[in-house]
Amino acid sequence: MNRTLYGNLIFELSKKGRKGYSLPQDYDRSHTTAELPEVLRRREAARLPECDELTVVRHYTNLSHNNFGVNDGFYPLGSCTMKYNPVINEEIAAMKAFAGLHPLQPADTCQGALEVYFNLQQSLAELAGLSEFTLNPCAGAHGELTGLMVIRAYHEANNETRNKVLIPDSAHGTNPASAAVCGLEVVEVKSLSDGTVDVDHLRQLLEEMGDQVAAMMMTNPNTLGIFEPRVLEITDMVHKAGGLMYYDGANLNALLGECRPGDMGFDVMHINLHKTFSTPHGGGGPGSGPVGVRKGLEQFLPSPRVVLVAPHTVPEGASAPIFTVDYGNVSPSTDEGAASSSPCSVGSFFGNFGVILKAYAYILSLGRENVKMVGPLATLNANYIKERLRDDYLLPIGGLCKHEVVFDGLVDKSTGVTTMDVAKRLLDYGYHAPTIYFPLLFHESLMIEPTENESKETIDAFIDVMHKIAAEAKTDPELVKSAPHNTPIGRVDDVLAAKQPVTTYWKTLQTSDL
Amino acid sequence: MAQFESGLFYSESHEYVRVEGEFGFIGISDYAQHALGNVVYVDMPEVDDEVTAGEEFGAVESVKAASDLIAPVSGTVVEVNEALEDQPELLNKDAFANWIIKVQLSDPTELDALMDVEAYKKHCE
Repeated sequence: MNRTLYGNLIFELSKKGRKGYSLPQDYDRSHTTAELPEVLRRREAARLPECDELTVVRHYTNLSHNNFGVNDGFYPLGSCTMKYNPVINEEIAAMKAFAGLHPLQPADTCQGALEVYFNLQQSLAELAGLSEFTLNPCAGAHGELTGLMVIRAYHEANNETRNKVLIPDSAHGTNPASAAVCGLEVVEVKSLSDGTVDVDHLRQLLEEMGDQVAAMMMTNPNTLGIFEPRVLEITDMVHKAGGLMYYDGANLNALLGECRPGDMGFDVMHINLHKTFSTPHGGGGPGSGPVGVRKGLEQFLPSPRVVLVAPHTVPEGASAPIFTVDYGNVSPSTDEGAASSSPCSVGSFFGNFGVILKAYAYILSLGRENVKMVGPLATLNANYIKERLRDDYLLPIGGLCKHEVVFDGLVDKSTGVTTMDVAKRLLDYGYHAPTIYFPLLFHESLMIEPTENESKETIDAFIDVMHKIAAEAKTDPELVKSAPHNTPIGRVDDVLAAKQPVTTYWKTLQTSDL
Repeated sequence: MAQFESGLFYSESHEYVRVEGEFGFIGISDYAQHALGNVVYVDMPEVDDEVTAGEEFGAVESVKAASDLIAPVSGTVVEVNEALEDQPELLNKDAFANWIIKVQLSDPTELDALMDVEAYKKHCE
């Protein structure tokens, strides 16, 4: 992009009175703002930018060229599973028969869509080793909240008051946030130096407050990419204290096809379809965070739900609907049940159908045999990177990792080149930066998750660049510290951005421009 | 490299207490500010608030992370370092000179559970 020509904001391109379209002559002008109650009327114009169509098209086309996605290049963002989004998913989701559906359409006119819902619920339950899934939550954290609401409803149904949630200190920040939103109190479980749960500390906490523990939330493999070797012991301890085990599905990709959260003793979990099941991730969504439960907890899942009313053996040509919608206590057009205990609603209708459809297409296109390859190949790629980079990048935890590897910055700290500098320099070489400064267990965390999609050639090229940056840090540290040099915008002042964020254009605009 | 100041009491979560008579000045160590990176916001309690040893009394936000402040001792807040409201970066400039809160100690024996500078140095290794 030519920044001189095309680097302006849309507001800076605005010229008073310039238009990109005009309303048709027969446009109904009979209604005026005078009909609106005083309180709803604007006091001043909306200050929208005024541009011609060509200017608008060029502006956004040029902006879009600055975007970086999985389709542009390697995107090794740890803990995020930036998986390739197969084109067939998009083709299926774009089919008119699906894209044209209305959420209030009668069930007997959208049996195919309901079948997709139902089958995906079944597939996820099989892959997770759980009994039943709801596809309604629209994101991972939304799934966490839904799962915790299920857990809370379960304890309430048993007339138990349990308000504490145990969360390892290595957890994703969304875990304590979801617990707090659900009205539960967070208690931190310490980690050992290898990043796994300190089982002795957990035991001590359960002895102190076991009868108040509603659940323990766990990510496995954890945020350091390490499989928790004592997971069976942990789930058993929490169950004995009367708590439920919640599985954060953020890192499910490492295990897909190899082992199942249900078999490890987890009772409730969420899956990020936008991570593990190849639907687009990032850019604000849409995401999808289905929640699954073990047998005995199904009645606490939110409504509405797609249910099978007749077996699949209905004779060919039969017109009776096979799938129907169970709205529970919730009216289809409101979400009034949201504040009460389950069965309740966690949003409008059934979550993001397009995303659900893509995830189902992904599972079907891989098939049962190939799904089993996902976890092992993702793990192989991460371990290959780990072994090839550990000469230049400090590996705080040895041994096998799962789908992602965490380094603690460069081995040679004498140059003053930080993880931030390495990440910025990667942009110069055309790569998306890995996750940095998370997990918090190390000061210079640099977390790489290659996923199973990447070829050896792509990974080797990335490794070469990482070695090159490590060499630059020694020979020309200033070059790395002042990176990026080849991007449309250079090093930004993140301190100023955090301290004095400018969140609106209008403050900086002169009144004479309005 | 992180600086260490002797004569202070240190906690495992990297807060220090400088004791002057019945008062304690609580801040974060130089090691802590170094690990946090550029501090952009300090969330502090108000005067007359009670703080309890081992419990959170505020937070420090940096460009890398937000970190809870854990009270190393219990007491009543008698003063907060208001300069940090506009200039949180003072913690990066000199963490020991820029304490965060001043408390009236309610139980000076709590200091016995904290580390001296030598023990704290080892803790940071």
